[in-house]
Amino acid sequence: MGTNKPADEGPVISVVDLRVSYGEREVLHGISFDVLRGETLVILGGSGSGKSTLLRTLMGLEKPSGGEVWIKGVNIARASDRELDEIRKKMGVSFQGGALFGSMTVGENVALPLAEHTHLEDSTIEIMVRIKLEQVGLASFEDYMPAELSGGMKKRAAVARALAMDPDLLLFDEPSAGLDPIIAAGIDELILDLKKAYAMSIVVVTHELASAFLIADRLLLIDRGNIIAIGNKEEIKACTNPRVRQFLDRVPEPQVEDELNYLQMLTRGSKG
Amino acid sequence: MSAAEKITALPDRVGAATLNGLAYVGGLARLTGESAYVAFVGPFRGQRLRLQRALHQAMAVGVGAIPIVSLITFFVGLIMALQSAYELRRLGAIQFVADAVAISIIRELGPLITAIIVIGRSGSAFAAEIGTMKVTEEVDALETMALRPVAFLVAPKFLAMLVMVPCLTVWADFMGVMGGCLFGVTGASFTVMSYLRATRDALVVSDIVTGLVKSALFGVVITAVGCQEGFATGAGAEEVGHSTTTAVVRSIFLVIAVDLLFTALFYLTNRG
Repeated sequence: MGTNKPADEGPVISVVDLRVSYGEREVLHGISFDVLRGETLVILGGSGSGKSTLLRTLMGLEKPSGGEVWIKGVNIARASDRELDEIRKKMGVSFQGGALFGSMTVGENVALPLAEHTHLEDSTIEIMVRIKLEQVGLASFEDYMPAELSGGMKKRAAVARALAMDPDLLLFDEPSAGLDPIIAAGIDELILDLKKAYAMSIVVVTHELASAFLIADRLLLIDRGNIIAIGNKEEIKACTNPRVRQFLDRVPEPQVEDELNYLQMLTRGSKG
Repeated sequence: MSAAEKITALPDRVGAATLNGLAYVGGLARLTGESAYVAFVGPFRGQRLRLQRALHQAMAVGVGAIPIVSLITFFVGLIMALQSAYELRRLGAIQFVADAVAISIIRELGPLITAIIVIGRSGSAFAAEIGTMKVTEEVDALETMALRPVAFLVAPKFLAMLVMVPCLTVWADFMGVMGGCLFGVTGASFTVMSYLRATRDALVVSDIVTGLVKSALFGVVITAVGCQEGFATGAGAEEVGHSTTTAVVRSIFLVIAVDLLFTALFYLTNRG
């Protein structure tokens, strides 16, 4: 691994000219940024901006069509399965809907990575599961099935599972999506607590402005597959890029961008 | 599109359909190969085989199917006896009803009817289970936890089906013969013992063995199609229903195709 960057210093994640395509359609058009050790980076963007694709690429679920994704010194775009596994064991992921395994109890969900990847005894795993659930405020819920939990509790349980292997990198997909403001604020609080307690690097993808500005050290705005702004809260708030302003000031898209295109769209397919 | 264009487009479509078909079968083969590796080679290389999950699946696939398999094959045996008696009586050869039932059930209908019941109960369930996990990002969650979905989800099903479908087939054969026996005792001049003796005399060992070999293959095909359709599920709950339907239709077709292929193969190899 001579060409790899040293693992203990420098950014945790370093994305260089990343391109991702679904078939013919390119979704990310060559983006570059770093996630520094111990910081919380919030990726903001509208629907279809490519922010979820970016997060999936960081998880190794999408293969880039170009560019590099360095995580702790390994380029996961070219890593072997074994290398990718080692990265993933130290990476916690919380999915939008929780993605808890419906056939297992909450406790079994949290215990799964420990049972699969460590040689700990069952009694030790049990204790660790209780600790993790207690950290996310779900003590005494270990015997519940995921279907018996509310949306906010599912997310908390998913965070507990993401924390199971004591990761140094946490990825959150839309932590407050589908939750009422009070529960969503609770999840924000949880992320802030984790940040304080573990000094983990955290990447959060969201479109909730309030939550983004609350938890972020730095923010990254992504629009139509390109980064349009990156910086700390003050820099982003002071940014004058019209697309950034539009997003931050919540201005709706103009309805019809080009009348000719609109007419073509309406008449398309009417001949042949 | 003009008539000439339609004609020239035909080879394109045939070619594309052929390639898609081959790719599909290739996908099934890969899924089967990976599962077989996990089930039979992995344990010798220190990888964990999830016997607990396989046992759980075996209960659902095998033990759970016993009542319905019993009932249906009993009826089918009775129907075969009635149908063949109809012809045999005219020839004054009603004592051959035991032979007719034994050969048709054990060589063909036992394995086939069992396979079709298993498709309806378990093949569809595999597609629905994995499809739902795909939609709720549980499959992605497995991957980000450095767990292989094939090892975790497919291999236990594969192992369970490989054992349970032949077992169910033996039971189905027995129940089919008992169905024939009911007619033999009530409609022809058999006793239970004499009917079973006639059945035994009508069969050779290879009849039973070929039926079991076929049923094991059916089990493999059903698992591969069910799981492949599950993994191919797109986004959204209605996609799960679509995958389930496709899994059932394709499994039935492929089971019958495999049946034809192997029956022809057994015929050709035993001709001399």
